[in-house]
Amino acid sequence: MSLRIVVCVKYVPDATGDRHFAEDLTVDRDDVDGLLSELDEYAVEQALRIADEADDAEITVLTVGPEDAKDALRKALSMGADKAVHVEDDDLHGTDALGTSLVLAKAVEKTGYDLVVCGMASTDGTMGVLPAMLAERLGVPQVSLLSEVSVADGTVTGRRDGDTATEQLQARLPAVVSVTDQSGEARYPSFKGIMAAKKKPVTSWDLEDLEIESDEVGLEGAWTAVDGATERPARTAGTIVKDEGEGGKQLAEFLAGQKFI
Amino acid sequence: MAEVLVYVDHVDGAVRKPTLELLTLARRIGEPVAVSLGSGAENTASVLAEHGAVRVLTADAPEFADYLVVPKVDAVQAAYEAVSPSAVLFPSSAEGKEVAARLAVRIGSGIITDAVDLEAGEEGPVATQSVFAAAFTTKSRVSRGTPVITVKPNSAAVEAAPAAGAVEALEVSFSERATGTKVVARTPRESTGRPELTEAAIVVSGGRGVGGAENFPVVEALADSLGAAVGASRAAVDAGWYPHTNQVGQTGKSVSPQLYIAAGISGAIQHRAGMQTSKTIVAVNKDAEAPIFDLVDYGVVGDLFEVVPQLTEEVKARKG
Ligand SMILES: Cc1cc2nc3c(=O)[nH]c(=O)nc-3n(C[C@H](O)[C@H](O)[C@H](O)COP(=O)(O)OP(=O)(O)OC[C@H]3O[C@@H](n4cnc5c(N)ncnc54)[C@H](O)[C@@H]3O)c2cc1C
Ligand SMILES: Nc1ncnc2c1ncn2[C@@H]1O[C@H](COP(=O)(O)O)[C@@H](O)[C@H]1O
Repeated sequence: MSLRIVVCVKYVPDATGDRHFAEDLTVDRDDVDGLLSELDEYAVEQALRIADEADDAEITVLTVGPEDAKDALRKALSMGADKAVHVEDDDLHGTDALGTSLVLAKAVEKTGYDLVVCGMASTDGTMGVLPAMLAERLGVPQVSLLSEVSVADGTVTGRRDGDTATEQLQARLPAVVSVTDQSGEARYPSFKGIMAAKKKPVTSWDLEDLEIESDEVGLEGAWTAVDGATERPARTAGTIVKDEGEGGKQLAEFLAGQKFI
Repeated sequence: MAEVLVYVDHVDGAVRKPTLELLTLARRIGEPVAVSLGSGAENTASVLAEHGAVRVLTADAPEFADYLVVPKVDAVQAAYEAVSPSAVLFPSSAEGKEVAARLAVRIGSGIITDAVDLEAGEEGPVATQSVFAAAFTTKSRVSRGTPVITVKPNSAAVEAAPAAGAVEALEVSFSERATGTKVVARTPRESTGRPELTEAAIVVSGGRGVGGAENFPVVEALADSLGAAVGASRAAVDAGWYPHTNQVGQTGKSVSPQLYIAAGISGAIQHRAGMQTSKTIVAVNKDAEAPIFDLVDYGVVGDLFEVVPQLTEEVKARKG
């Protein structure tokens, strides 16, 4: 039987752009170009490698996000995923982690899955909580923050490099995994891949399709509230000296003045 | 006063510093009740009591070490049900965040991650967060359910605040899912004898400019003269010159020390994301145009192989 892989990918504002907040204190997605979160490229890459190893596998990429989030799906399809699901609904604007995990869980279930692959964190929210939430909601094992992952005989195995130890983890499918940026460089889409992606199916679902009430998500249904956002004041310009042979000593002088030595 | 649950991060009974910082923050919003799990949990009680824990709930079982995350979620949920706290605080470690995430789903509560400060507010605790690579500071609160909040290291001072810290055994019955993800092997990380990166008061980091693994001792020597932790940019880590556990930045550790010294690091946005909130920033880079110089309090344009060893000698001389 075919191994059904769902990869969760997020469409995020470019981190190198001038990111800021909209008036309602949600992330402004209009003024900065968006793209497939770089950390989710690693998830797509690992899904492709797992699929290569399997006799028969099908990869669906899933995103919850605005109209433009289709760009993220296209990129993943051009890397080699087979089909895509886009969950889009005006009522989703302002949805927080708890709400997003609900939508992802419903969409993953509706798609059908043996393995869900996530990135380690989104590059905008950087919470790194969605994979755990998704596993909790789906009621399946979580095998998270992996720098190495493989699937064989209905079991997923991986290595987790933690703060105090490196762990070897194992779980039966179905399961949710997340992979780190140490898991292996993501491939670039080939020209052939980009052309092929144009013909791959992208299914759109809204909240009704997923049987989610609009008050469970969006700004209204959010479980957290942002009361204020202020731009961090620019750091006051520091002293910059050119090393003329005494640079190390000058630096020591500065550090002594600040009581570090 | 309402009780606040504090999740204890410890290694075989040795409490890690971020947990003591959490107790400082917890005392601002209520009475801290610590939850300490796994081997050595009971040994954490005296230190937790010294820093304000009114009670310490402990549980030990093989499940905590043999299976990933879920047994701990079961235990924290049991503590939550026994205490009915006004908030649950976790350190922002990988494990802390994951336990917090699953607890939030189970108890139907909002979650805030990576707070850098916490105060009591009229509608519950108000968390300060630093977002978009620290370009913005936000104030948020949990608007539904019992606030579940994870806090970054170095967000508060460790304070002595003696309290009873009575040890109580926590009853935990593991859910069916607790044994879903087996830890089949565990290799503890060898200690370098240097301070923990996220906890250190001073961090000295090296980047691509260091040029090779064989040159990292230049960075380490400066770190050791200052009693500092050693960090690295992703370029240095990807090149295999330094372990990934020492990476500073978006996909590595986020640090907020009193002093951050960057040697041979350009200052890309993803690196800044992990160090921009440091109190004092110093850089040595031979390129005067490197973006890191926009952040510094003091910068030296020069060759790190000249400047850094000279600085190390000077530090040693001054410290005598
Ligand atoms: C999704 C994503 C996540 C990322 N996460 C991280 C992360 O967590 N942490 C991180 O650091 N990066 C991260 N990066 C990478 C980041 O974009 C940069 O590529 C990286 O930080 C560059 O490292 P560097 O400054 O050491 O190297 P470079 O940018 O190559 O800079 C090296 C600097 O050293 C200077 N130099 C060279 N020789 C000397 C000398 N002898 N003396 C003095 N100066 C010298 C040069 O002038 C230069 O400025 C991430 C990127 C992406 C896309
Ligand atoms: N809106 C979204 N759509 C699809 N996947 C998402 C979305 N948000 C988060 N994810 C997945 O969850 C991971 C962790 O995200 P986060 O918890 O937001 O840092 C990401 O790397 C993605 O794999």
